[in-house]
Amino acid sequence: MPLLELAGVSKSFGGIVALHEVTLAVAEGEPVGLVGPNGAGKTTLFDCIAGLLEPEAGSIRFGGRRVDGLPPFRRSRLGMARTFQRLELFSGMTPLEHLLVTERTRQGTGRLWKDLVGLGRPTRAERREADALLDLVGLADVADQPVEVLGLGRARLVELARALAAGPRLLMLDEPSSGLDDDEREALASAIERARRELGAAVLLVEHDLDLVAEVVSRLVVLDAGKVIADGGVSTVLADEGVRRAYLGAAR
Amino acid sequence: MTELLSYVLPGVPYGCVYALMAAGLVLTYRASGVFNLAFGAQAYVSALLFSVVVQEGAGTWWAFVLSVVVAGPVMGLLLDGVVFRYTRGAPPLVRLVPALGLMIAIPSVAQMLAGTSTRVPASFVLRPNQVYFHLAGSAVSGEEIGTTLVAFASVAALAALLRSRRLGLRMRAVVESPRMAELHGVRSDAVGSLAWSISSLFAALAGVLLAPIYAQLNASNFTALLVAAIAAAAVGGLESLPLTLVGGIAIGVAQQVIGGYLPSGTILSSGLRPAFPFLVLAVLLVGRRSLRHDGRLDDPLAGCDPPMASLRPAPRMAEVALGAKAFTVALGAAVVAIAVAVVPGNWEFTFTQAAVLSIVMLSITLLTGLAGQISLGQAVFAGAGAFTAGQLAAHFGLPVLAGVLAGGLVAGMLGAIVALPTLSLGGISVGLLTLSFALLADNVLFLYSWSGNGATGLSVPRPKLGGLSFAGTGAFFGLSLVILGIVSGAVVLVRGGTVGRQLAAIRGSETGAASIGIDVARLRIVAFTLSAVIAGVGGALYASLEQSVSPNDFNYQFSLVYVVVVAAVGVYSVAGAIEAALAYTVLLQLVGSLPGRYSSLVALVFGLVALGYVRHPEGVVTYAQSWVLDRAEQLARFLQRDRASGAEAG
Ligand SMILES: Nc1ncnc2c1ncn2[C@@H]1O[C@H](COP(=O)(O)OP(=O)(O)O)[C@@H](O)[C@H]1O
Ligand SMILES: [Mg+2]
Repeated sequence: MPLLELAGVSKSFGGIVALHEVTLAVAEGEPVGLVGPNGAGKTTLFDCIAGLLEPEAGSIRFGGRRVDGLPPFRRSRLGMARTFQRLELFSGMTPLEHLLVTERTRQGTGRLWKDLVGLGRPTRAERREADALLDLVGLADVADQPVEVLGLGRARLVELARALAAGPRLLMLDEPSSGLDDDEREALASAIERARRELGAAVLLVEHDLDLVAEVVSRLVVLDAGKVIADGGVSTVLADEGVRRAYLGAAR
Repeated sequence: MTELLSYVLPGVPYGCVYALMAAGLVLTYRASGVFNLAFGAQAYVSALLFSVVVQEGAGTWWAFVLSVVVAGPVMGLLLDGVVFRYTRGAPPLVRLVPALGLMIAIPSVAQMLAGTSTRVPASFVLRPNQVYFHLAGSAVSGEEIGTTLVAFASVAALAALLRSRRLGLRMRAVVESPRMAELHGVRSDAVGSLAWSISSLFAALAGVLLAPIYAQLNASNFTALLVAAIAAAAVGGLESLPLTLVGGIAIGVAQQVIGGYLPSGTILSSGLRPAFPFLVLAVLLVGRRSLRHDGRLDDPLAGCDPPMASLRPAPRMAEVALGAKAFTVALGAAVVAIAVAVVPGNWEFTFTQAAVLSIVMLSITLLTGLAGQISLGQAVFAGAGAFTAGQLAAHFGLPVLAGVLAGGLVAGMLGAIVALPTLSLGGISVGLLTLSFALLADNVLFLYSWSGNGATGLSVPRPKLGGLSFAGTGAFFGLSLVILGIVSGAVVLVRGGTVGRQLAAIRGSETGAASIGIDVARLRIVAFTLSAVIAGVGGALYASLEQSVSPNDFNYQFSLVYVVVVAAVGVYSVAGAIEAALAYTVLLQLVGSLPGRYSSLVALVFGLVALGYVRHPEGVVTYAQSWVLDRAEQLARFLQRDRASGAEAG
């Protein structure tokens, strides 16, 4: 049984059809690349899966149960984590604090009375885990800076680390490499790799950098004008005539 | 039928003036994202100026030109150029606080300039009070016809202007995305200035038109006008001018009809009329999707902005930070000590007030500073606590300290209830909803004998605990400090704990918070409840300190004042709340010891604070500290380098 299963998902904004009967399945632990020209509906698809948008038609199953209709935080608790194309960081907090709050929320042990008797502070184990994650994405040196002072590239890495800290079964990354320099891109690739290895997480990767995509995934889904126009192995899909026309044509 | 018409017709002129104000609100909101709560104050200033000039003997037309055509746009340009231009793209709190400060400051300063004698409003339109004709049995006066025509024509002219290609398109472009518009050669600052001058012209016109219906010019009447206008603007979805016009007229008419049909002499009939716009606003805010979030967050180029400056001071050298903190605290203490030494007065009482007020202020630290929610109704929670303690003491002989606890609990429940309709709202909308709740409390909820007991109020004794009496101010001060300590401790613990970190996450990004599994709705309710409990405890304690309280001690103005003071001094720390309370009470005491004509100094300080806040949204005390820190750090580095080079030489 696939981890994520979309059937006939459609979404439009006024007259614009952003998604048209998208059907897609992602197996447990499978890395999948999702590509397509700007405006193809990739972000909209993520928003529908995560619950920020409700599709007009179709069904979404995650881990075998219907999740459409569930609010975003419930879907997250079922094991979805994501990054945002337009960052949604916790302004005013440091990268370390981002990870601490995420870990604590994952454990679901937030109780007001515990805070009031002083049991709410981060434990050593939580700090170690957070430090390890920060090391992994290469943010250890800015662990205690407010996120506003970080550049776009490092801010994206904070979002990635936060998503990983949630311990996801499905990791959705929306253009994670835009704004990253070479070192950061390296850290990104290894972080995705480790998420797959250690968490066994499935990955949905939206990315324009096809080298990075080929490095991380073996299967590619192409979206154009809200429709899935190709789905298969990376090399086969990239050789496909229709894909070249949609993607390269739009890039021209 | 004729009876109904006789209520409907007089409502139309009011409605048109509401719509006029509302059109101005929509215009500035669209063009600069600022919900200008100072509009009522601007209307008041123009009405005052008009009356003064007329009473000085100048002709009506001269007065009109001066107070509306000149003063209106000039005020708008000033506000835009000095304050609101700098709040563009800032978080909701930063956009709201300056407007609140000005809303409080402008009327007092104007009053001071105009002299303290109460002014009888002069009338501008047609020949006032002359009955022109009868319609459906009711007399229609020149004022009514003139007001309706002028207001209607102005809104229509604005609508036409916005439809025109040149200006309309540009303005729409600036609204959609100021950056995109700039890229296409539209100067968004110029468009903003134009919008501010037109809308302020409308506010001035509304003030002058509406003034004659009041017996005397009084700033609070114009606040009521402002709120009716906000409701009318909400009917138009903060967008459509025709719908805004319809909304304004409907509200004006409905108020008259309510006044006509409800049995007179009851609290409901006298209170519902002023509170009606708030109810409309509350229903619309909850019901209309387009009002829920700040539309300006959707700028497609918003990602290209440089990141907002952090509201949190950057990390520092630890010893230097400690030193600077000690220095600023010492400086503050010295100022207070000098004030105590020089100015006579009951300072013991003042400091006790400060301790109690600190508790109320801490409720804002938790809700706004930590959780990022804007409440303009904190005084209602404080009042709920005070009246609960008072009623329980009066009817059941409950000891006051138990009453303080009960007050906190009742206020907490109220907080949870108020939080429910705000769950789907964002930023400023939450502020407007809580403001409408505060006005409902002022006009209806707190007037019953079972709640605040109207103008009479309640008496609350000083507490006793076993053999210990806190009747003396000194003992009460000690008690207040203990309770303040407990509450501060609780806030610190919550902030450092799981819930506190989750609240901080919500403040940063609700979408992000939900994406890691935080139940944003539940936590918002928790934040409102906790904050209301704290405010309720503070309010009950305040009642016991003053020994008698009435709804006037907790009216909406206090809610606004509290937010402005805490935000300006520092909303992110416990110390900020205490410093805010201290600064406020000491300021009141100082001004109170001056002759009466200086009483507007408090308001003047508020105005300056609002201006300062725009540049330093982290709070003035925090800013002062970091300024001292910068200097201290420079000095420390200099000394280190000195020592290092000295070692090298040796
Ligand atoms: N909130 C929205 N309102 C209106 N149109 C939208 C909204 N979000 C996305 N769209 C439109 O839906 C289409 C798909 O957008 P998006 O999912 O962001 O594409 P991608 O991420 O592939 O670049 C685009 O045409 C975009 O303009
Ligand atoms: Mg996208």
